[in-house]
Amino acid sequence: MPTSEELKARIEAAIPGSHAEVEDLTGGGDHFRARIVAQAFAGLSRIEQHRRVYDVFGADIGGPIHALSLQTRVEQE
Amino acid sequence: MTDLSPNQDQSVRQAIESAIAENEVILFMKGTPDDPKCGFSARCVATLQALESPFAAVDILPDPRLRQELSAISNWPTIPQLFVRGELIGGCDIITELYESGELAEVLGVQTPPEAPAMVAPGLDTAAPIEITNRLS
Repeated sequence: MPTSEELKARIEAAIPGSHAEVEDLTGGGDHFRARIVAQAFAGLSRIEQHRRVYDVFGADIGGPIHALSLQTRVEQE
Repeated sequence: MTDLSPNQDQSVRQAIESAIAENEVILFMKGTPDDPKCGFSARCVATLQALESPFAAVDILPDPRLRQELSAISNWPTIPQLFVRGELIGGCDIITELYESGELAEVLGVQTPPEAPAMVAPGLDTAAPIEITNRLS
């Protein structure tokens, strides 16, 4: 069962320079919310920013991770 | 994986593509607008209704190929998905953000009703065994 810490680590490893806060919404290890700030999001539309994060998890989304709610933001210098 | 012929998958994909092309605003969701089966789908329906925007809805639950083919077309892994004039606008998070910033009304070409309520916190899955008619037609 995935944990918030695991999701945070996977996001931060896959998106260089990103900072993620991940909450397990139910405590059940399957519904998460993540807030991610990254310079890598600069120039990307919201859709593209979210896709970038979803891509980190591939088929785990809809599998072990039933729901991952996202808020993405471009890091300001 | 399944015993479906490629032709059948092709027809599912074509049906989805036609539905997206033919409906200016279309929401792919779990359950129906009157009976959503997931908190995120429910929230998107409530958002569109708050803006009094007419929309078509497709329940993806009756046939797993719907979800598979939809995600293949849109390159988006989760449900719900909102399309406006043939373009993916986003899932629940983006729809909520756009609503709160006022951009969703612009995208939809509707006025924000003055009494538009703030969106409530997302509900969580209330999945239950169900049988639903395919509303793709």
